[in-house]
Amino acid sequence: MSVVNLRRETLREVLSEESPAVIKVLPSDEQREPISENTGYKRTHAPEWLVNVFAMVMGLSAFVGIWAALAKFGGELPTPTVTFEAAIKLFADPFYYKTPNDMGIGWNVLNSLGRVGIGFGAAALIGIPLGFVVGRFKFVSNMAAPIINLLKPVSPLAWLPIGLLVFKAANPAAIYVIFICSLWPLIINTAAGVRQIPQDYLNVARVLNLSEWKVFKKILFPAVVPFMITGVRLSIGVAWLVIVAAEMLTGGVGIGFWVWDEWNNLNVAHIIIAIFVVGIVGWLLEQSLILMARRFSYDLKS
Amino acid sequence: MSKYLQIEEVGMRFDTKKGPFVALKNINLQIEQGEFVSLIGHSGCGKSTLLNLIAGLTLPTAGAMVLANREIAGPGPDRGVVFQNHSLLPWLTCFENVYLAVERVFAESESKAKMKERVHNALKLVHLDHAEAKYPHEISGGMKQRVGIARALSMEPKILLLDEPFGALDALTRAHLQDELMKIVAATGSTVVMVTHDVDEAVLLSDRVVMMTNGPAATIGEILAIELERPRDRLTMVTNPEYLRCRSEILQFLYRKQMKAAA
Repeated sequence: MSVVNLRRETLREVLSEESPAVIKVLPSDEQREPISENTGYKRTHAPEWLVNVFAMVMGLSAFVGIWAALAKFGGELPTPTVTFEAAIKLFADPFYYKTPNDMGIGWNVLNSLGRVGIGFGAAALIGIPLGFVVGRFKFVSNMAAPIINLLKPVSPLAWLPIGLLVFKAANPAAIYVIFICSLWPLIINTAAGVRQIPQDYLNVARVLNLSEWKVFKKILFPAVVPFMITGVRLSIGVAWLVIVAAEMLTGGVGIGFWVWDEWNNLNVAHIIIAIFVVGIVGWLLEQSLILMARRFSYDLKS
Repeated sequence: MSKYLQIEEVGMRFDTKKGPFVALKNINLQIEQGEFVSLIGHSGCGKSTLLNLIAGLTLPTAGAMVLANREIAGPGPDRGVVFQNHSLLPWLTCFENVYLAVERVFAESESKAKMKERVHNALKLVHLDHAEAKYPHEISGGMKQRVGIARALSMEPKILLLDEPFGALDALTRAHLQDELMKIVAATGSTVVMVTHDVDEAVLLSDRVVMMTNGPAATIGEILAIELERPRDRLTMVTNPEYLRCRSEILQFLYRKQMKAAA
């Protein structure tokens, strides 16, 4: 790979000076060396993606380096190598099933994702239509404001006892906590999307005297979709944060409970692996939602 | 059927935080079918407010308006509005934007194929049949405004309302679209009310120019009939004495009688 690749501008500047020393300037591999020797300017120009990848590798190595240092001097923290070996063993069979309390990490992640899916799905079914109504009608918005403002800052886990009380079971209580924490971003963002619709579009609707259904289908909905997707992204992000904590409290099968279980076993390497798994799954969720957002967002540059 | 649009003693008062604000008062205007009327005045004189009243987007606080023997009580597709900022829906193609309007008016009486043909024809009229499948952000400002005009015309409205339709365009595009609009109006025999702040545009396009006094409580100051033969050619107009007389009369009104302190 040619790392030394003279920029064309630089070349031209150099050539325009007509210095006899740089006549042989050509960016081919064979003649690379005379250039660097004869000219004052040496510019390396690696492709951008390579620089980006390099930066990422640097960041990760720094992270692992600090981790290794901490493990060395900090006592009980497992080193990166030990963790990596444990991970290989763990992921060799992620879907084993021994007893309800001893299942592969894959099952645990899928169970957690399932809870997030059901809780978020229910929140979307209720929160998105509610967001439209709150955004469209000022009276409803005023009605909803005190409730939302009061309940939004409450930690979702504070709802867990009420969930346990109502459902008398751990699993629905955890789903219910996900539902609650997903609800607010969905309502708030959908309502904000409805409120920001440019008056011009609504004037088109009024001039054409479109029916409410046509207004919804052709104007409100497409205009709100990008905002709605922001709400979905925030909701799923929070839900994924909360599920780990909720499962620690409720038990059952799930990545949160698994972390707690490994703590009881004093298997710190597994806890670190779980942290990575939670992080990677969260990142993948986020990325897939960004892809979805790109698919659905129209271009507003018009 | 001479008085197609009648505006009688119309007034408009807005209730603001600082108390009532009278934007328009005692507006009286009759417009004939097939007539092209421009509303001109300094910014803030309420000419757009008057257009919105005709469109039915706002209702007057005094007086009454009658279009083709029916009182204007709200917006409706019998009035085609072209907004200054085109107001195309960005998630619909040019074709779909126009189709939305056509469908609103003709869905009950016509087949889908017939309605699609109407959209084709409307876009052809503004020479945009090649850009049907494009989205608004893919075409230029002048083209967007032409789609807006096609959308308004496709509904076969009783009256075409243009709110500074070319205000956001560069001078060359504007001239080009003015010429096209003249041809379209000649071909369709549309009745047009246009808000403008461009004296040349008003004289070139209009049969009558309505000059409005400064607000608040703006009203009609003078009405000037432009008696120039059609079709009008912008190149010969520059030296036409009648054109120059009309132009100077409007300028006199705007800059002598209705002089406004620089904002």
